[in-house]
Amino acid sequence: MIKDKIDVRDFIQKNYKPYTGDDSFLCGKTEKTKVIWDKAEALIEEEIEKGIVDIETTVFSGIANFEAGYIDRANEVVVGFQTDAPLKRIMNPYGGFRMLESSLKAYDYTMSDEMSDRFQEFRRTHNDGVFGAYTDEMKLVRSVGLLTGLPDAYGRGRIIGDYRRIALYGTERLISEKLRDFNELSNAPAIEDMIKSREELSMQIEALKAMEIMAKAYEYDISKPAQNANEAVQHFYFGYLAAIKENNGAAMSLGRNTAFLDVFIERDIEKGILTEESAQELIDQLVIKLRMVRHLRTPDYNTLFAGDPTWVTESIGGMGVDGRPLVTKTAYRFLNTLTNLTPAPEPNMTVLWSKDLPDNFKRYCAKMSIETGAIQYENDDLMRPIYGDDYGIACCVSPMKIGKDMQFFGARTNLAKALLYSVNEGKDEFKFSKDGSVIEVVSGIEPLKSDGPLIYDEVMDRFKAVMDKLAGIYVNTMNTIHCMHDKYAYESGQMALHDSSVHRYMAFGVAGLSIIADSLSAIKYAKVTPVRNEQGIAVDFKIDGEFPMFGNDDDRADQLAVEVLEYFSKELKKHQTYRNAEHTLSVLTITSNVVYGKKTGATPDGRGKGEPFAPGANPMHGRDTKGALASLNSVSKLPFEGVCQDGISNTFSIVPAALGRVESDRRNNLAGILDGYFAKKAFHLNVNVLSRELLMDAIANPSKYPTLTIRVSGYAVHFNRLTREQKEEVIKRTFHERV
Amino acid sequence: MKSANLHSVETMGLVDGPGIRTVFFLQGCPLKCSYCHNPDSQHFMGGNSITVDEVLNTAKRYREYYDASGGGVTFSGGEALMQGEFVAEAFKTLKENGISTCLDTSGYGVVRHYDSVLKYTDHILLDIKQVDDDEHFQLTGRNMDGIKHFIEVLKGFKGRVTIRHVMVPDQTDNYEMMDRILEMIASIQKKVDKIEILPYHKAGTEKYSQLNIPYKFEMVPAMDPVKAQVYEAYINARLETMKIMESEHLKAV
Repeated sequence: MIKDKIDVRDFIQKNYKPYTGDDSFLCGKTEKTKVIWDKAEALIEEEIEKGIVDIETTVFSGIANFEAGYIDRANEVVVGFQTDAPLKRIMNPYGGFRMLESSLKAYDYTMSDEMSDRFQEFRRTHNDGVFGAYTDEMKLVRSVGLLTGLPDAYGRGRIIGDYRRIALYGTERLISEKLRDFNELSNAPAIEDMIKSREELSMQIEALKAMEIMAKAYEYDISKPAQNANEAVQHFYFGYLAAIKENNGAAMSLGRNTAFLDVFIERDIEKGILTEESAQELIDQLVIKLRMVRHLRTPDYNTLFAGDPTWVTESIGGMGVDGRPLVTKTAYRFLNTLTNLTPAPEPNMTVLWSKDLPDNFKRYCAKMSIETGAIQYENDDLMRPIYGDDYGIACCVSPMKIGKDMQFFGARTNLAKALLYSVNEGKDEFKFSKDGSVIEVVSGIEPLKSDGPLIYDEVMDRFKAVMDKLAGIYVNTMNTIHCMHDKYAYESGQMALHDSSVHRYMAFGVAGLSIIADSLSAIKYAKVTPVRNEQGIAVDFKIDGEFPMFGNDDDRADQLAVEVLEYFSKELKKHQTYRNAEHTLSVLTITSNVVYGKKTGATPDGRGKGEPFAPGANPMHGRDTKGALASLNSVSKLPFEGVCQDGISNTFSIVPAALGRVESDRRNNLAGILDGYFAKKAFHLNVNVLSRELLMDAIANPSKYPTLTIRVSGYAVHFNRLTREQKEEVIKRTFHERV
Repeated sequence: MKSANLHSVETMGLVDGPGIRTVFFLQGCPLKCSYCHNPDSQHFMGGNSITVDEVLNTAKRYREYYDASGGGVTFSGGEALMQGEFVAEAFKTLKENGISTCLDTSGYGVVRHYDSVLKYTDHILLDIKQVDDDEHFQLTGRNMDGIKHFIEVLKGFKGRVTIRHVMVPDQTDNYEMMDRILEMIASIQKKVDKIEILPYHKAGTEKYSQLNIPYKFEMVPAMDPVKAQVYEAYINARLETMKIMESEHLKAV
């Protein structure tokens, strides 16, 4: 008998119950959850204070390499930590050994000489591989910061395993499917691609077997399908746990699981073997586990990605292609953890917004945003036509079909710097050689013909020439990185939870978009004269006259941003990618907008040397003068489909009183803002509902706000974990506060 | 009159009438309220010119937000009724394009345009500053003839009215004040959907020092918002009772 294909979506569609009611059915936390959460919270607070709780230094990362760990076995209804104790971090050497060594050193830990020597003697890492194959040009664009945050010394992440498959099918079935796929490749010619595919399938099978061993340590058998809600949650979590034991990727996201888990929960409730209290207990305890995911990283990493984020992104809601909402009671239960367990940055709650979502759910999300500030919203009506109704978000804004797509994460290029290269003949404006001479980064960029004020067409021609060259370097750099990552740090556990034939994206990114739009606008509509140093490098700009700025719904400025994105995307697509991945692009900066700014000279829009960029696709602080919706409208014009299909992030902060005079007005207005913004084809909105005064008080009295959570670019952080500079930058951002 | 003198535009007005509204603040106000939070909008000189077409084209960009929230366009100020001819034309054009209109006013304007403005207005936010003639003059520089006349005119208004009052501690935070506001609006109470008591706050007063004009309310403390809520609950409860009594009375006769 031929069994049905692996198809989790089909199971959901045939069995789930959409829920259109309100939140009145929700329960608080149980006694057991209270005990667990109190212990967990105490540990998390200790960690915020100390920086780290512990590191497992006797063994390296791996799915089945750790003993079982508990926080309070009698009260844990969902079990499993990455190591044998909560918040104890894993040493993962495969991304890069030096990164591991400096992380240990930063926290005053050591591993045995034997482990260190043996590993380095017998094993190359991803980082070794990449630097062995990087060209001088690639090293140069990296060191001047034209390309930054590249995953060449750490795990790339951004891969979502379909963790639900463990619960639905059991590993036995998954292994037999993989064996069948392997055998199907047996007769194909043994060229490199085919050999690689077969080896990867073997590694995936080994990973599935390792998962069984891991689960067994916790006295669970995941070889067979889950029989009830408790097992469904637990087996699903084991799938994710395997991923975070094996990998330390920047973003280790969870997928889209609430409708799936809801089928098991509702079935048990109907059978009378589960109550609403115990259903909430399962979800609360799952979320506690997700809040305790940790990776060992250097403190430097934190200046780039503030607040030790793990991007356990869970995509919630959205609509089915058949028009039924994918909102279930478990979507509510998941969001309800923000009430039961106090707000927290992880898991990264991401609501897939559609105009057709049930009104009750829209109001509930708005309520939770107002109360907790812990939700981000992404446009399901934009994504569903491309990805169907079983996609999820990786990291902040990267959509992919669960179990069918994966992506090669590619950080981002500093486009503001690229623009400066166009007026500096390809030379860096910020970094000079040790002897003080200029560094030419991009060759063949002609000098400007005229000396005086910048001429738009002249600058644009050169900017395009810089982007042409940059696109080639960027694609080739990414190809090198991901070839080596597959070779030395392949995510066998996560890929075992994908279809064997997977669609790959290569996700490029840009930073500094609003600076580009404003700079080009200044050059076009005002008079901008470069101030050059003795070496002829433009180190400042004199601006005469006014010019339209991005963020005011003024097409003159906004279209410049659109034009640059379309052009750069087109240029990237001219270059062949590793494993024929599909090119995508994001406008996202995480919190690195501060670091990018630090390494970039003064720009023609009037931004001073070293000053922060605006985050993601946000307009520059204080330049949006017509109120928030004009600002949102500007961002909504940035093209998603086919251009910025790896996401466009936008962060919005508003004072509670400015949302409306009474609670019901506030909810309606926030839901209305989201409806309107997404109807305009915008992609993403981070919503913070808080005041600048509160944040200033939190800087002065951090102990008063141990768990204050704010949303930055595409994720949330504990405010206390930001650096001083990052805190100040957040405070500088526009707060909508008209009351 | 095809253009008006504009102070500024706020595209996300969430406390300026029903739903999400685009607010056009017109330049110039006949009242000079001591606590005014936009003293830069009082003078009739200055500002930028805006045409009816520009109002419509701006509003159209926010139609998705209006549709989602039951919002629309609000004209405020300054005092929008001082440029009534323009407001009437703009509202007429907006209504023709299916956009709801709201007027935020203190009831002082060019009287001959009132009827044409009200014809195209869906909602009015009416600010009642004071109930006593002398106090009103103290606070605003004008007596109460303007507001009283405007309330008379509103008897023929077809839309809804929201009454607003900025409550100042030791001046208007008492029940007698609340009762007298109700007396003032008794003739139009059927149209009044609610009364908002806005606690006087100190934010934004730095504009005075920037403009180099004295701020008469320097020494007046902010109104406790919780106390203001108590008065708001009281006055709205009484409003509802009066409405019921009126309809019972009408039924009886």
